[in-house]
Amino acid sequence: MGGGKGHGWSLGLAGLLAPVTIWLGLFFLVPLLLILAYSFGTSGIYGGITLGFNPGNYLKVFDPLYLEIIGRTFFIAALNTLLCLALGYPLAYFIVFKGRRWRNALVLLVMVPFWTSLLIRAYAWVVILGGNGIANRTLQFLGITDEPLTLIFTPEAVLMGMVYSYLPFMILPLYAALEKFDTRLKEAAQDLGASRWHTFWRVTFPLSLPGVIAGSILVFIPSAGEFVIPDLLGGSRTVMTGNLIQNQFLQARDWAFGSALSVLLAVLLLGAIMFYVRRVGTDKLGGI
Amino acid sequence: MSREKRISRGAFLKAMGAAGVAGSTLSVLACQPNTSATGGGGGGGGPEEKKLNLYNWADYVAKSTIPSFEQKTGIQVTQDFYSSNEDLLAKLQAGGTGYDVIVPSDYMVAIMAKSDVIQKLDKSKIPNAKNVGKEYEGLSYDPNNEYSLPYQWGTTGILYNKKEIGQLDESWDPMWDPQFEGKVAMLNDTRETLGAALYKLGYSVNATDQEQLDEARAELIEQKPLLSGYFDSTESRPLVLNGDLLLGHVFSGDAFLALSENDDLDYVVPKPAATRWTDNMCIPNGAQHPENAHKFINHILDAGVGAKLSNYTYYNTPNAAALPKIDEALRKLSGYVLPDKVFKRLEVIEDTGEATREYERIFTEVKSS
Repeated sequence: MGGGKGHGWSLGLAGLLAPVTIWLGLFFLVPLLLILAYSFGTSGIYGGITLGFNPGNYLKVFDPLYLEIIGRTFFIAALNTLLCLALGYPLAYFIVFKGRRWRNALVLLVMVPFWTSLLIRAYAWVVILGGNGIANRTLQFLGITDEPLTLIFTPEAVLMGMVYSYLPFMILPLYAALEKFDTRLKEAAQDLGASRWHTFWRVTFPLSLPGVIAGSILVFIPSAGEFVIPDLLGGSRTVMTGNLIQNQFLQARDWAFGSALSVLLAVLLLGAIMFYVRRVGTDKLGGI
Repeated sequence: MSREKRISRGAFLKAMGAAGVAGSTLSVLACQPNTSATGGGGGGGGPEEKKLNLYNWADYVAKSTIPSFEQKTGIQVTQDFYSSNEDLLAKLQAGGTGYDVIVPSDYMVAIMAKSDVIQKLDKSKIPNAKNVGKEYEGLSYDPNNEYSLPYQWGTTGILYNKKEIGQLDESWDPMWDPQFEGKVAMLNDTRETLGAALYKLGYSVNATDQEQLDEARAELIEQKPLLSGYFDSTESRPLVLNGDLLLGHVFSGDAFLALSENDDLDYVVPKPAATRWTDNMCIPNGAQHPENAHKFINHILDAGVGAKLSNYTYYNTPNAAALPKIDEALRKLSGYVLPDKVFKRLEVIEDTGEATREYERIFTEVKSS
């Protein structure tokens, strides 16, 4: 692409960006605006929607029942993110610094679960954790328990399923961040007399923060929108915002309220993430 | 209100159903008509092209149902699936679906007729309509069968382990019995589960009185700690079969499938009332092959075809002429052939209009209690 760099940019790059711009505009932005428009509409009793300006859908959210569900959703999502971080960080650390020639193979293993659908994997847990499932039969065979334990259709099973499903989204960005880490910095810190503990908290961890932030966001957002796992592993005994939204569209025929909930969830998520990035991000990064 | 995946066998189809729900939510939001089934033209007054697009519940035709129609008429059938009545309604309301025959449940027929998304049937083109039994004609959702003819019907009751807990009375009380704690499941279906509480209290499944609904809510909140969960009928069936559940609130077809596999189980249609539901064949407005659609409906209502259909689905046939051809093994299962006095106490779920959202809110409240 000879000639001036500036001209190459405008033609070549614009050409490359056009497909993705059209794609995102048509299949992401337009539906999003549609949801926004719907959220101010009025639902017909038999479904369908009349557009207009009806803030009532947003006021409906201030029902203690719905506020509690939204609060619970954020609590579960935050807990899931913390658990994924607590489990994922040591693993990513191990793969990067101790994996040696197994490194690529280990990263590949982290990605293996993506080869099958989430739904199939959730069903596998139903089989494993059921009353006559593998887990209970093993426990009984080993004489640890006499009777089948209730392992499934509990809030704990939901959390377990979520950690299982979202862990790779935490490990991969952490791996990417740690992989770039220059081990000479560690050596320098230790040469200067820092203990291993100090080296980790003052040098390694702060430098891996971009990975921590990326991983947390990648886990937190889909967790807050989760609706399949509470149904399949929780026996629908736990309601999350995702379930509530799904019900408005597919059961209550209240698209306007469902859209308002979706918009609200998106705004709350955006707020939570900005708060998180500001707090964790600049604070700690600046302290290096 | 989603009689989800009524008869799909096994977990895989169930999973596909859930994926379908997720997928359809998106397509509803994007207002994308399903183009996969849109024929090229054909509505031009001349003879119709030899095609028919059927939109149905998963696993809801016998292996022979469609091939025998194709052989007889030369019309090629394409089948797509939905997993809830609301899903179906949303698709039709978005317009341009290209479907010729759909199979909505009772209350949904009334809603679709009111929202003008289905057309009146031309009975002169459906001579087999005479085969429909009297009890299955002129139900409240379509009093003169102007828009619909019945496809299959069934009840909603309790599948339980008779060997473990003995013969049950015809009552909803066992579903509230603390001695079965953790071994009971209710349907993950707003109308059916609120309905069970309303029946237990002696009210109608179509109650809109706030006090009655509040009482039903209290019953369900009291019941929740005893439950293993709120499951689809197809989920409860294997759990009762393998002993994880002692009692499951299920649709009759799932109960009969379980009963045919295991003699220790039994199915009861409780007093004072229980639900009787019907799925119906309708033709959407704007169907491109209405002639073929009438032929298909006529085909289903043929005695032999109807019998083969029910012998496969394990649901009941509304086809009086098909009744004698139903498998003896199926007829012998308890609750398949209902005595008059049981049949008379069954109620039909009707649309509750404005109260629909109150029902939904109550079920959400129960589930998050």
